[in-house]
Formats: sequence, structure tokens, C-alpha cells
Amino acid sequence: MVIRQKYLVAALAVGLAGAPLLAAASDDLLEGINAYREALADGNPSELVAAEGEELWKTPRGPKNASLEKCDLGLGPGVVKGASAQLPRFFKDTGKVQDLETRLMTCMETLQGLDPKAVVNAGWLKGEKEKMAALVAYVVTESNGQKIKVDMRHPEMKKMYDLGKLAFYHRAGPMDFSCATCHGDQGKRIRMQELPDLRTQEGAAAGWGSWPAYRVSNGQFWTMQHRLNDCYRQQRTAEPIYGSDVTIALSVYLAATANGGKVMTPGIKR
Amino acid sequence: MKKISTLAVLLLALPGAWADQGDTYAEFKAMMDRSFKTTGIAPKHRMYQLDFQKECSQEKQPPKAVMDRIEAEQMKTIRYPADGKYFGDWKEGEKIAVSGRGLTWTDKTPYNNGGGCYNCHQMSHHEVSYGTIGPSLLEYGKVRGNSDDIVKYTWGKIYNAKAYNACSNMPRNGDAEILTEQQIKHLMAFLFDPNSPVNKK
Repeated sequence: MVIRQKYLVAALAVGLAGAPLLAAASDDLLEGINAYREALADGNPSELVAAEGEELWKTPRGPKNASLEKCDLGLGPGVVKGASAQLPRFFKDTGKVQDLETRLMTCMETLQGLDPKAVVNAGWLKGEKEKMAALVAYVVTESNGQKIKVDMRHPEMKKMYDLGKLAFYHRAGPMDFSCATCHGDQGKRIRMQELPDLRTQEGAAAGWGSWPAYRVSNGQFWTMQHRLNDCYRQQRTAEPIYGSDVTIALSVYLAATANGGKVMTPGIKR
Repeated sequence: MKKISTLAVLLLALPGAWADQGDTYAEFKAMMDRSFKTTGIAPKHRMYQLDFQKECSQEKQPPKAVMDRIEAEQMKTIRYPADGKYFGDWKEGEKIAVSGRGLTWTDKTPYNNGGGCYNCHQMSHHEVSYGTIGPSLLEYGKVRGNSDDIVKYTWGKIYNAKAYNACSNMPRNGDAEILTEQQIKHLMAFLFDPNSPVNKK
């Protein structure tokens, strides 16, 4: 890693809540953080999680003792390459718009006989949610470098887009925040963290296109459901249920806005 | 008392706020209702909107007449310090400005919250890790002086920013019981005290 010590220290410090006082000027600091991210991207620790996920994908599990190798993520049974670049999508067999995680739950239920509630009710990065994160890391790695290509022709997709947009602007809770409070303007920051403007194609592509991601500050791989959950936590709203319709609707809104952008998953974050 | 009255307003506001729109909005309401749950100190009813929250939940700001009405309503919520003292300890104020903690479902208590000021505002000469969603408040007191008007305005803005800008991004720190009166006094000192790093290099 070729990175100047000063920047590394500064970037790490910014990663902590209530960061101590920093001596460098803010432009230097931002430059440093970006250099730090680039350096990290060379050896994205997500590779380890993805390898685990690939293993899990191929391993027979559950009451039906089956693997996920026949799981249809939208491009046909067993096709993983490029699949997550085109999610969420409407699935005929379930009659629903699904994101990667809810679709994987469907496959776990139908192919392996596993109860989706075991995933929904598990704590983040624990039990079945930890397994889900590994599967997600594997699948999204197989779309890296592709174009975000979400098919918006189905009426259910259009409906979810409209609902997602309403959710994006929905101000609520003791702090009156919505997604748009932080992601509805150009060139803003929280502390030193630059915020993508998710209303625009460019911003949505930067945000949607780089999650799921490995978070260096806590050494965790976060799925998109995990990311959205923590956005709501910081908005001080109530907690969205894992895989609930609001999470799918927001995902459709973001992915559709990001359409044409580049998939950079798994991303790497501070 | 305050908690109860806020809830009452909220419950009364609901049917009106969510009634007269088309199918999409009815579906949206149903979706929000089944998508959220109570966790820890964050009850599910946080998703239900106050009237002004709903009016400020669009791509564009509401018309001026609506903004004026909201601001007049919110202005009535502001409570100025009963003892007439506006300033606490700027050192305590700085800690409150730095802390972004509180009111999430992983917080143990709804009390002892931070102000999260640095998330959005530049404030002092020595803290370079500041957000830019709100305007810079650097040298706040030095630039503006400490006339009764500016002191009162600043108190009101911290207490309920919506009284001055209906759809402001800034939370209603006093009205929504995020911060206590004493904490707001400390923040006031942080902004105005000549020895505070907001004003002194």
C-alpha cells in the first residue's frame, strides 16, 4: 500500500464517531481518504467473504439437502454471472418484485426447504444472516464491471418505483429526516463523508453501484438490506423489517435511477 | 405532558394527512404500515407523519402560503428559557455539538442525546471534520454580535428550525425533545461566547 502516513491516520480518525481534532485542511483530508480507499481496493477483503459464499452456494443444505446451484436469480436457473446487475426484478413464480436477498430467500425455501424467517429474524452478520451476506458477496462479485440494467417494463416495477420515490422523500420521526435530507442535494457531506445525490443518475450509480460493500472501519461485509437498515437507523425512524416492501421499493427507485451506471460491487467503504 | 400532546397531534393528523390522495398513496400508506416494526426505543409510530412532515415530503417545497402557515404554527412551539438566562457553558456546548448520538433504535434511552451539529455545520476554528448540509457557523457570535434579537432568534432556530424555514433539514431540537433547555443553553454559549473556539482562534 503506497499511501502517506499522514493521510492514513487522518482517514482512520475520520472513520470514528466523534473524531478527534484534525490538523490537516479538509481538501487534503478528502484527497487522503480517497487515496486510502483506492489503496484498499487493491486487496478487497470481500474476496474472502465471496469465496465463502461460493462454497455455500454449492453445498447441499436444509431439509431437502440441496445446493443453490439451480437458483434462478432472473437469468435462468444457476446463472450467477451478471444476475445482480439486473436486480431488483419482477419474478413470475413468486408474483413479486424481489431484490437479491429476498430472491435468495425464495431459493433457500423452495430448493433447500429452509424457512426464510430464520434469515429475517437473525441478527446482522449472525446465523443465517451471516450466510446470506456470504452468498450476496459471491453473487455481486459476479456482476462487477457490468452495467446496471434494471428492466422497468413490468407494471409492478413501475409501481414499486413510484412507492420507492415516495419513501425516499418521506420525512418522519423525531428528527424529521427522510432519505432526501442527506441524499437530495449535490456536493454535500456529513462530517467528512461525501454524500451521493441519489436523485440523479450519477449519484444513484455511485451509491447503488458500490453496495453491497466491505466496511473497513468495522471489518464487516454489508448487504444492501443492511445498508438501508442503517440509513433508517440514522434517520431515527422505526426499523424496517428485513426484506419488507419498503426496502424493495427503495431499491427499485435507486437501481432504476442508476440504470446505465457501472456495477462496482462489492464496494469498499471507510 | 409534551410527549402526550405531540402524540395527540400526530394521531389527529393521521387520517387527514393520509386520506385524500390517489391509489398510489393509499398503497404507499399500507406499504409503510407493514414494512416497519418497533425496536428498542424507536416505536413503529415514528413512521406516521406530522402534518408539516407530510407537507415537506415532496421533491419541491410546498407553496409559500403553506410554508407561511407551517412557520406560524411552529413558531408557537418555541419556549424561551423561563429564567431568562440564555447562556450555559461553552465547553459543555462543544461536547453536545460534537456528539451525533441519540434516539436510534440501538440507543438505550431517549435522553442524553447529542446535538449532531458538526454533522452538518462548520462551527469552530479547530474542528475540520464538519458537514456541509447546513451553513457554516464559524465566528457565529463574533460576526453577529449579541443583541437581544439575534440571541432570541438563535434560541428559536435551535429550538425549532421549522419556525423560520418550514421544510428546513434541521431537526426541532427543543420541540421534538431531542435536547433539553440546559443543553440548548450550552450550545448558545458555544455559539456566542468570545472565548469559545467558534469565535476565538
